[in-house]
Amino acid sequence: MSEEALFDLQGVAKKFVKGKEQITIFEDLNMQIAQGDFLAIMGPSGSGKTTLLNLLGGVDQPTSGEVSFEQKRIDKLSEGKLAEWRANNIGFIFQFYNLMPMLNAYRNVELPLLLTKLSGSERKKRVENALKLVGLADRAKHMPNEMSGGQQQRVAIARAVVSDPKLLLCDEPTGDLDRKTADEILETLQLLNTEFGKTIVMVTHDPSAAKYAKRTLHLDKGEFVTDPSANVA
Amino acid sequence: MKDLYLIYKNLTRKKTRLFLTCFAIFIAFLIFGSITALKGALNSGVEMSADNRLITVNKINFTQPLPYSYVNKVKSIEGIKDVSHANWFGGFYQEPANQIVTMAVDPETYFTVYDDLVVPEEQLSQWKSNRRGVLVGERIAKTFNWQIGDTIPMSSNIFSNKDGTQTWQLQIDGIFRGENEKADTGYMVFHYKYFMETQTWGGDNIGWLIVTTTDASLNQQVSDAIDESFANSAAETETSTEAAFNKAFIEQIGNIGLIIFGVVFMAFFTILVVVGNTMVLAIRERTNEIAVLKTLGFSSPRIFKMILIESCMLSFIGGLLGLGAAFVIVQGASQELSRFLPNLVLDQSIVLQALGYMLLLGLVTGIVPAVRALRLNIISGFQGA
Repeated sequence: MSEEALFDLQGVAKKFVKGKEQITIFEDLNMQIAQGDFLAIMGPSGSGKTTLLNLLGGVDQPTSGEVSFEQKRIDKLSEGKLAEWRANNIGFIFQFYNLMPMLNAYRNVELPLLLTKLSGSERKKRVENALKLVGLADRAKHMPNEMSGGQQQRVAIARAVVSDPKLLLCDEPTGDLDRKTADEILETLQLLNTEFGKTIVMVTHDPSAAKYAKRTLHLDKGEFVTDPSANVA
Repeated sequence: MKDLYLIYKNLTRKKTRLFLTCFAIFIAFLIFGSITALKGALNSGVEMSADNRLITVNKINFTQPLPYSYVNKVKSIEGIKDVSHANWFGGFYQEPANQIVTMAVDPETYFTVYDDLVVPEEQLSQWKSNRRGVLVGERIAKTFNWQIGDTIPMSSNIFSNKDGTQTWQLQIDGIFRGENEKADTGYMVFHYKYFMETQTWGGDNIGWLIVTTTDASLNQQVSDAIDESFANSAAETETSTEAAFNKAFIEQIGNIGLIIFGVVFMAFFTILVVVGNTMVLAIRERTNEIAVLKTLGFSSPRIFKMILIESCMLSFIGGLLGLGAAFVIVQGASQELSRFLPNLVLDQSIVLQALGYMLLLGLVTGIVPAVRALRLNIISGFQGA
């Protein structure tokens, strides 16, 4: 295992049973993700991109193999411990934003901070900074249905970074946006990677989006077409 | 922002649904509060009954008289402490609408058997020595603003006075109250002898006997002995405890307990189905959001707790409003019906019972969606499972 790797996957297999059929997503997947990397994962539908993202985010467990984060196994953690680990280390950005419709932008961004012991004033400072970072300081009181798709995704980015996680996992973050807005979102992600040192793993179908990443891996039928250790930052 | 804020926002996200669900719960607790208060008022006579007090009435029914001679015969039965008697007068004050329970009693013994009623000694002495004297209950005195020394015309819709009228001029010698504030003081008592001497018919009879035993454990034995003494006579008796007598009196209009249980059960069962269904649907609509919360790091037990709190909040909002409305209705009704239902109050015990039911309703209606959320797999949640 590489000592500097933030993530290390060794011999990961993921299988599940659907009806009478056993479906294998990964047989023996190995990869490392270094601290500060901006990795794009591409591949056709059903290649295992989202499953890989779920394994990295600790929302799914491998059938066998090891998933380590900062040299600590996370594949054996209990559901409760995994939830705590996710809250402390991972920021999630989804294709359809997944904001809470009954909360305004400010409250949506504040949501992950409910899991911390930060004081009210500290939380306020962090939420304001996160919204400022994504250029939505003036939209704090707006409800999700009062904002455009691009603005909602920026709120989702603010929510993902507000608790200062080491890793951002993005599942098709620009899949629901027009080109111009998508580029703005990708520039924001790039800024978070270069200026704030966030490690980013982004699943995308869009080659233009992948260009913003430092490296791109292609998955097909559960295997990397490109060498997963190539160009590890 | 705290979890409570999140719960509140979830609860209030669909205002119409919140209103309708709360309204259903509101109705359930309005019914519960007012009907339970009514039951309490009807049963207060039973609750206030002394353990060792027995009532002996004519076996045919309690409107039939008993011979006066029974008083002395009963006194000789073993296990009896005191004996008194009373006659129904059927009184009203000035006009028939002002019905007041009025009884002709034996002044020497009545307050001995009813030792839970309090009369100042000097007032009691004055009453005993005044043949036209009457002692009035505190509540009735307040209702009509009567003072000691007032002479009040009491008419009967059953008996006639020898003077050709149906009215007796009685002088208030004292005001009695209960040791317990729930005791019934909505009636008055005057002299049996004066009543017998002035009425035109009815003979030397009494309405019923009031007997106290030396120990409550002797109640059954004494009851049997009294009834056996008068078996096969022209006026057979039926003796029961005061509590049983009062209960039977109330149940002339039906089994109040069963009626109330039926109404409350049906109301609660309906509401349980309505609210439970609403909660299940509301949480199912939020499956994706629950998956998001879990992804962000909210633990399953924390989400479980949030949903249970939400369903309890719903139950308490509707329930407290319903109970509040019941309180207002009961307060209003108690003023209107104070002479007939003196203890019509929505008291602390009803409030505590209602709070318990609110909690139970919240937990029962919340448990299914909460368990579903607890078990929700994040990936299935995003797939809309």
